[in-house]
Formats: sequence, C-alpha cells, structure tokens
Amino acid sequence: MKYSALALLRGALSAHRNWVPAWRSPEPKPAYDVVIVGGGGHGLAAAYYLARNHGVRNVALLERGWIGGGNTGRNTTIVRSNYLFPESARLYDFALKCYEGLSRELNFNIMLSQRGIVMLAHSRHDLDSMARWANAMRMNGIDAQILTRDEVAARAPLLDMSPDARFPVLGGFTQRRAGTARHDAVAWGYARAADALGVDIIQNCEVTGFLSGAGGRVVGVETSRGRIRAERIGIAAAGHSSVLAKLAGFRLPVVSYALQAMVTEPLKPALDTVVSSPGTGAYVSQSDKGEMVIGAGLDLFPSYAQRGSFAVLQGVIAATLALFPSFSRLRMLRQWAGIVDVVHDSSPIIGPTPVPGLYINCGWGTGGFKAIPAGGWTLAHVLATGRNHELAEPFQLERFVTGRLIDEAAAAGIAH
Amino acid sequence: MPVVRVARRERVRLRRHTHLIRPDLSASDAIWGEYLFFRDNPKGVHLERWRHAYGCGQWFNVARHTVTHEVLSVYAMTDAPPAHS
Repeated sequence: MKYSALALLRGALSAHRNWVPAWRSPEPKPAYDVVIVGGGGHGLAAAYYLARNHGVRNVALLERGWIGGGNTGRNTTIVRSNYLFPESARLYDFALKCYEGLSRELNFNIMLSQRGIVMLAHSRHDLDSMARWANAMRMNGIDAQILTRDEVAARAPLLDMSPDARFPVLGGFTQRRAGTARHDAVAWGYARAADALGVDIIQNCEVTGFLSGAGGRVVGVETSRGRIRAERIGIAAAGHSSVLAKLAGFRLPVVSYALQAMVTEPLKPALDTVVSSPGTGAYVSQSDKGEMVIGAGLDLFPSYAQRGSFAVLQGVIAATLALFPSFSRLRMLRQWAGIVDVVHDSSPIIGPTPVPGLYINCGWGTGGFKAIPAGGWTLAHVLATGRNHELAEPFQLERFVTGRLIDEAAAAGIAH
Repeated sequence: MPVVRVARRERVRLRRHTHLIRPDLSASDAIWGEYLFFRDNPKGVHLERWRHAYGCGQWFNVARHTVTHEVLSVYAMTDAPPAHS
C-alpha cells in the first residue's frame, strides 16, 4: 500500500485496522537468481536496486538477526560527502544525491535533514588542512564553504568560544548538504520497496557455509534454515565480512573493531547542525527526538563484541564537554558499539572476490551509513551484470596488490 | 627475562597482529600485498603483539578472544603460538 496523507486519514476513520506489514516474511525458496547475505542498509539497498535498476527480482536477502540490527542501527546517522580524493568524492556524493530523493522514491520518510556539518579547526595547522580539504571538495564539484571563527560561533552558539577554551575554535568549514537521516527508516524503506518488487527478505537466517560447484564457482549457501542455491551471491556484512570470507575460503584486508556512540536524554532544540571536531575525536548532533548523539573513535583492538571500552567513552565525553561545557549536566541515556570493517586505506571494497560468482561490499569502516545508496547501487550492478560499476572501479580488492590505494584516512578526518 | 606486571590498560599499546613472516624481497606483488594487508581477522582467538608503552617498553605476545576480550595467554615474542585456536 502507498503511504500518504489520504492513507493516514483512511486509517484514522477505520481505527487503523487498514495497515499491513511493510514487508512479507516468506519461507526461503530452494533457489534464487541472486542471494544477498546481510540485511543492513547496504544489503537491503542492493536487493532493492537489483530489482529496480536491473529487473532481477528473484532475489533473497538473508539476515542472521533482524534487518537493520547491526551497524545500520548502531551509527550516528550522519550523511555527508566531504571526502578528499575524486574517487571517494564521486562515490559518497552519489550516495548523498540518492539520499536527497530517497523518501519520495521509496515512499517512506527517511527523515533526511540537511542541517549541514561544521568541521572545527583548533589550530593553524587545522585551518590550513581544512582549507585544502574544502578546496579539494569544490574541485570535485561538492559544496564546501570555509568558515571564520565568528561564522562557526553563529552556527553552533553553544560551542565554547571563550579565550581560555581548552580546544580553541579558530574556524572551520561546512558542507551544507550534509546532515542526518533516520537510520531505521533507511533500512525499513529499502526493505519495503524491495519486498514490493518481489525480493524475499528472510530474517533469522544465518549463513553457515558456501556451496562450491564446478571450477570452484559458488552455487549457493548453507544456512540455519536450509540449503539455498543461487547463481550469484553478494556479501554485505560489514564487521563480519572476514567471517563469511573465511567460510568461502579467502581472506580480506579488513580488521574488525568496535566503534561506539551514545545519546543523552532528550532536550529542547539546542544544536541545529552536525559539529565534528577531528582534532579531539568528537562529533555531535541533536536527533529529531532531542537527544544529543555523540560519536567516538575506534577501540583500537580487534573486536567482535559490539560493546565499547570505557577509556574511549571517557575520552569522547571529555572532548565533547570541552567543546560544549553546557552539556555537562545532561544524563547519558544509551551507549552502544557496532563492529566496523576497517581497511588500511579507509576506503571500501565493492566487487568480485577470489571465488567466482561471489561478490562483496565491505570495508566501509567507520562511515558506512552515509554510503548505503552507493554501496547498494554498485553491488547490485556487479551482481546483475558481472561488471563493476564505474563508481566502484577504483575500489577493488586488487588495489592491495597493485598498491593503488585510496588513502582517505586523513581526508575523512576520522580517528584511526 | 624480567617481565613487569601490567595493572592498567592505558599502560600498554596494542600493535596488532603477530607471527607475520616478512616475505623475501624477490616475492611477487601478490605475496607482498598478502603480507601487508590481508589478515585472518578471526571471531575467536586472536594472536597479537602488545608493548608495555608506559613502563618497561617490552614487546610481548597475547592470545585474546575477540568476542569476550578474555586474555587467554601472554607469551614472549620468540615463543611459538599457544594451542588455543
């Protein structure tokens, strides 16, 4: 059913008994054209674009737990495309452009709020590197604006701009088109739209092995709900990519770490932009519900535990309070961590694997949420056509042999 | 070999994976890529090297579980890996 004001009105007149589940929960069929492993944003988007862009509708999406319950439900919901290198800029801005039209396309409000992101410069060196960064973005055709100290203060009045601030703010830059989106809505919107096009979304279905055919080609998966055959298989499993790769018999240039974030109790609107301070490792935004959403850096030891360590928590709260002293009386509501798949050059991997018929979308590390439409679009393309999408061409596994890395670690300003 | 007992987390620094054997200089790009970038990244027992950064400076190996974070054994840099996995 189409969601609209009229549907809402009809619901109101019929005691809201007209609503149907947003997607089916079918039993897995014995065989599909394509199986996607991983029901996060990237997997769901890939399933949707397979059906919509390529007409491949005999698709199953297998999720070990529940859809959107991994990193899609464990991030800080920030979307932006302020990357440095042309390859990354193209990819991430493609995602942001998709996000800009996604609510309408999916008929599902993803609550995109392009409130802008303000990157803070705390030193003259920060000013220089941010000027380079903002200029690189403009060279890549992406909006960026260098901000003076006063312009930063006007955008985030609660920032400590006093002369004795522990981390003085000297200026910064903004990407106005950046902002936040509702994480669950992105997963549910893609799920509903994919389901409407015929994709089977199968939850509580863990992949336990891959079936090998002639020439080592993958021909299906073993799951906790039985054997499912498929001509092509795509993996979109973020922090668990290495676990699946091991089942298929290869390794990835990926290490899994916990990335944590937290929210405070809700309060009235106090911060209407995303503030990121690469120097101190803190980034903050206010959710539409009113909570301050605070993101941290990685716990720098390999982990699959989905919980963050106290030392990192303490560090990011200290940094946040140094930037926003008035937050000191807020109570923390929740804290969580997601297991992220970090690659040496902090750039993703989207394309074929050493196993014929098996494709992967991984390596988004700390920044997968903002890239969901692009990751899904390009994985769907390679699954449907067997050829890499133009946007994904630089992001192949072979770059770790050729040395053609896209080292976005510094450019993205993320702390690892 | 004297070993300092480490009580606090922040006194040690993890330097990631251990038991990586550097290939010969004549090795192919594929082998170098494998050595530099590709990792087992296990969900389970992980062998890693740590350094007592704010103490005696000593490097040592640790076998640690990546789900429970339990340290299963601590052993010297030249020792063979323990049989946990």
